[in-house]
Formats: sequence, C-alpha cells, structure tokens
Amino acid sequence: MANDTPEARHLKVAKAQPGFRLAPELLLRMHDLMVKTRVLEERLIKMYKQNDGFFWIGGPGEEAFNVALGLLIRKGSGPKFDYFHGHYRSAGVLLAMGAEPLDFIRQMKCVASDPFSGGRNFSGHSSIRKWNVVPISSPIEVQFSMAPGTAMANKRAGKAITIVVGGDAGSAEGDFSTALVWSSRPADPLPLLMAVTNNKWGISTPAEGQHGDRLISERGTAFGIRSETFNGNDPEEAYARLAEIMEYVRAECRPALIEAYVSRLYGHSSASGANFVAEEEDPIKIFETRLEREGLISRKRIEAIWSQYGDEMLKHAQQARHEPQPDPKSIWDHVYCGQKGRAGRYV
Amino acid sequence: MANMAQAIRMALHYGEKHLGVTDVFGEDVGPPLGGVFTATQGLKTSWNSPLDERGIIGTAIGLALAGQKPVAEIQFCDYIFNTIDLLKIAGNTTWSSNGEWCVPMVVMTPVGSGIRGSIYHSHSFDAMMTHIPGWKIVMPSTPLDAYGLMLAAVRDPNPVMYLKPKALLRVRGEELIPGEPADEKTLKEMIDAPLGDRSRWKPRWPALQDHAVEIGRGRVRREGSRLTVVSYGRTLPLCLQAAEKLAAEENVEAEVIDLRSLWPYDWDLIAQSIRKTRKVLFVNEDTEVTNFGEHLLRRAVEDFFYELDAAPRLVAGAHIPGIGLADSLEMASVPQMPSIFQAMLELAREVP
Ligand SMILES: Cc1ncc(C[n+]2csc(CCOP(=O)(O)OP(=O)(O)O)c2C)c(N)n1
Repeated sequence: MANDTPEARHLKVAKAQPGFRLAPELLLRMHDLMVKTRVLEERLIKMYKQNDGFFWIGGPGEEAFNVALGLLIRKGSGPKFDYFHGHYRSAGVLLAMGAEPLDFIRQMKCVASDPFSGGRNFSGHSSIRKWNVVPISSPIEVQFSMAPGTAMANKRAGKAITIVVGGDAGSAEGDFSTALVWSSRPADPLPLLMAVTNNKWGISTPAEGQHGDRLISERGTAFGIRSETFNGNDPEEAYARLAEIMEYVRAECRPALIEAYVSRLYGHSSASGANFVAEEEDPIKIFETRLEREGLISRKRIEAIWSQYGDEMLKHAQQARHEPQPDPKSIWDHVYCGQKGRAGRYV
Repeated sequence: MANMAQAIRMALHYGEKHLGVTDVFGEDVGPPLGGVFTATQGLKTSWNSPLDERGIIGTAIGLALAGQKPVAEIQFCDYIFNTIDLLKIAGNTTWSSNGEWCVPMVVMTPVGSGIRGSIYHSHSFDAMMTHIPGWKIVMPSTPLDAYGLMLAAVRDPNPVMYLKPKALLRVRGEELIPGEPADEKTLKEMIDAPLGDRSRWKPRWPALQDHAVEIGRGRVRREGSRLTVVSYGRTLPLCLQAAEKLAAEENVEAEVIDLRSLWPYDWDLIAQSIRKTRKVLFVNEDTEVTNFGEHLLRRAVEDFFYELDAAPRLVAGAHIPGIGLADSLEMASVPQMPSIFQAMLELAREVP
C-alpha cells in the first residue's frame, strides 16, 4: 500500500499501540459509529413495533464491517469519487460516511421529508446522490449487475473505485457472476470491489441449503480476481483488510472479491419478528471488552455513548412523528427526470 | 437513400460526435462485426460485451448513473426477457429516489417477425415494454424517423427503449437524411464495413445534420377521411399498402398514422383523426391479449363512444406461444397485408 494515504497513516501510527493495530483515535471513532448505528437500528425496530413504520430491515450485527467500509470510501459526487452500491443492511456504511440518523428514521416513518425516497421505499433503502450512494432497491443482487457500469466510469475518471455489497445467499443469483465476469475481462479490467457479507443465512434457509462453495470468495480465484475471506465482526481486521484491498483496487485498477463473516442480530427483518438473537456473536460487545481491557475507554464512557445516542434517536423519532406524510398528488412526481406534478392522463 | 440499419448507425455516429454518447455496446456490437444487423459498424465508442443480457442492462444503468451516456443493445428482444426486473429498476430509479437520480440510457433491440426467425427471433416487445413505467418507448418505421428518433433518444435524460423492427432494417427510405449522399452506392462505400479483413477499415462519415423527431409525436403517413388506422413498426407499411388497395378497389380513403412513440404517445393526433373519420383500427403484431393496442382501443372507447360510427378494432398477433418457422405458420401468426385490408374493409362497410 502507498504510504501517503490517510489509511496507511492510521495503520502506521497504530503499530506503536500495544494490543492494537490501529490508531486509538480511529478505534474510538469506529466504536462510536458502531454504537450509533446499533442504536439507530434498535430505534427503527422499536418504531416498527410501536406501529411507527410498516417494515424494518437493517444491519445490526454488521457494524464492524460496515463502519470500516464507510470510513474508507472516498465520498463525493461523480466518477472521480467512489460509488457505493449497498443493500438493505448498509446503514453503518452510510453513517460512517456522515449520513444523518434522522433521515433513516424519516424513511421508517414514511414522511415526506425522507430524503432517500420521499416516503416511497422501505427502511434501509437509502440513496445519497451527493456521495455516489446509488439507490438501494429490494431485488437481491441487482446491484452486482449495475456496479460494472459505475466502475467503468471510475476507470475513465481515474483513481476512484466502485464498491458493491450483498449477502451470501444472494451470491447464487446470476448478477453475482455478472460482476465477476464483467470486472475481470482481460480486455477491460475494472476497479470494482465486490463484498459478500456472509451471515450464513438467507431469510430462514441456512448456508447448507443455499450453496456449496467452500468459500464464496474462492469463486473469484477462477477469474484471477484477488479474493479474501476475513472476520467482519472485528473492526480492526475489517478496517485493515479493507484498507489494503481497496488501495489495491484503486492503484491497480483491478477487481477484488472479499467475503466477510458478520452476524445477524435481529433475524432477517420485521417479517421474522426482529427479536434479538442471543446465539449470534455481537461485534460491539466483543470490541468494547477489548477496548476496556486495553485501557482505551472506560465502562462509564461506553455507557455514556450508548445513552447519548439513545436520547438522540428518541428525539429524532419524536420529531419524525410530527412531520407530514407525502402529498397523495406527489405520486406523479419524478416518473421522469425533473417531472413535478401530473402532465397528462397517464403521466 | 439509407436503409434503417444505416440510418441508426449514422444517428449513433452523430450522437458520439455531438451529443455525448460514450458507449455503444452489446453482444457483437463492436468491431469486427458491428452488430448482427450492421447497425453499429464503424462507431468510435462501440464495444463487445460478454454474452450476458443482465450485465448489459445493469452496466448501462451503472454508466448512466455515473454520468455517461450509454446506448446498449440486446441482440434480439427475444433475449431481453431475463432483464425485466432491471428494466423496471431503470424505469423506477428516478421515482424511487424521489427525483434524486436520472437514468439517461438508451436500449435498442430488434423486434418482431418478418425474417423467418422462428420461435426465438420473432418476438415482439411493445406489449411487455409498455407495462414498465418510467421509460420512453419509440419504434420507427422509416430510416429518416429511425435517425431522428435515435437523436431524440440520446438527448433524453430518461431511459429510452428503442425498438427496431427487424423486417424493416434493410428497407431503403424515400426521404433523405440531412447530410447523407443521395446515391446508395456512395453511401455504402463510405459507411458499410467491407467483407473480409476489416482491421484497417475506417468509415468516412458524411457531414450529417441534426434532425430530431420529438418523442411523443406521431405522424400522418397517409391522409384519408373514412377511417383511421394507427400502427407502428413492421405493420405500418402494410397498413399503407392496404390503404392504397382500399382506395383503388373500393374508393375508400383511409388515414394512416405512424405512432412512432409508444410512450408517451400522440393521443392528440389520433383523437383529431378519429373525430374526422369516426372509425378507428389499431394494428400491431404483438400477441393480442393485454396488447398495447388494447389500451389505445380502451381510450378510443372511453373518449369517443358516442361519436363512433363503428366498433373500434384491433388487429394483432395470435395469442400463441411462438411464431412457427414455416412460411404458412408465420403468415398465419401475425398480421399481414390481406388481414389488415380485410379489417379495414369491414370497418369501412360497417354502418351504425
Ligand atoms: C430477487 C429477489 N428474490 C427474493 C427476494 C426476497 N428476499 C429478500 S432478502 C432474501 C435473502 C437474502 O439473503 P442474503 O443474500 O444472504 O442476504 P442477507 O439478507 O442474509 O443479508 C430474500 C430471499 C428478493 N428481495 N429479491
């Protein structure tokens, strides 16, 4: 990896810190963002359970990987900056990029001020054009067919990359192969990072009933794609591996495939109850134990962070509750680019 | 005069040169072949994609989201069906994001029967496509319109589906494309790739000029006062022939409208004509159940029920799983000149 990137500096400084590979301020920043993400998701679940939303789906249990990824994305608008094609568990990525929790709460409440979809889409279906966060849509894996397009534009602009994320069960869709094939053609390799967040489930079907590849990442090997598998529940590991592989994709203008093991802490979605699953490993709890043990943070401070975000999210939920629903007439807005209002009998 | 394939090629060249087209791609679209119907020969930005229709549509969406201007091809519309959900995403991304993103992409694909294409090279796609909101949909029936509609499609900030009636791709036009040499042979020498080794070949493009055909505007191809016929694509010239025959044999003048844009479509033009003739026939070759012509028929009924002098009609393809290869089968499966003529005649003779 080049030495002059902010990521490299973090890694270098960290060497001096006993017990850790990353700089203390980065570790604490990640911890803060992980808690923020978790508390947001838990507030969204509460909203669902209190009838303040129709459906919840999100990423509690994926915070370590998601926050690391979000911190490493070079955000901005247009092909000179990274493109991110996420899925419905990506809130942690976006919060780490700087997104406002209130906006997720607004989408949950389907209010007109929901900046992602104006009350049109499910929770967890974000879109942030100013940061190249491509609209997240429900069909599994379609983002893997779209990502080669933004990666081509990145390649033309230079030094920016596209990151696409999906689940493990979704890797059975043809779109996953599309991304492997299109990104690794010798005639036109693409700066595309494909990430599989493997929680070992597809809704109710365990991995054994989904696919038989020993490692999903091994599918990249046949294409000559640099491929790695790691523990996505360890924020340090996730950050270090992502930093290195993203730098590779950026510098070499070549694809890479990663498979990160993550947890699914509240089941698939509200459709399966959205209840806490005690058997799954909780990346935040593990991280906090380590941070505390190494003396980087006190229990009191940890508790303060949780309660501060708890208050904040509650306030956001109370605010969103009083914001107006979308105007029924707005169904005609934006059928076409720039369209406002109804233009004719069917448009 | 150019044929439709040459017209599309020239429009794409104009698009690359003047309208910001960045990519013309699909299976065998780039060199050496330049498209199975030669519509993309010699283009600067053309390239060959993997044999993966979902990848083609998905990549076009990605390119469009990232500020490029792609024109993607699906080699035959018979192979576009596994991309329907991606077509839906292209059509709903602006709406889903509450206007945050636009998706300026063009997809072109040859449609319909007429080249003895059997079960998987004869499908139509207009009925299916008009069920996907958020797109604009065009289908030319002349080379000049093919040129103009492509320029409009490329300029549009929305996804545009450009349906190419494959039976008409090799048919020469009767109108000059602005800038093209009038002599066919000269044009061919300038822009058709030679047989054999093409590695050193470069086209010599004529000095083409702008000629936009606004999306949403139909065109009266033949004026008449006794009945209105609305069609598009392959069946349009058949309607014109049937109208000539009707005039010659029955002294009945039919008005023939080329819809050109399926969505949005030019209802004003159709309505104006129906008010004049009080009789209307819709013609296309897609399967007739939940056919786009049925929508037009519904609108004709709703808007003109008390003004019509005859029940409005639809002539379309048989609702069968495919178009058989044998000549007799293809002719019996989709509208031909005689069946269109017959429907026009019955309509003309009907009295309230
Ligand atoms: C194309 C498609 N098929 C089915 C569904 C319904 N569905 C939603 S999530 C899901 C499971 C996805 O599992 P995985 O890819 O492992 O991701 P995870 O939810 O576990 O993160 C299914 C089947 C869908 N949204 N899209």
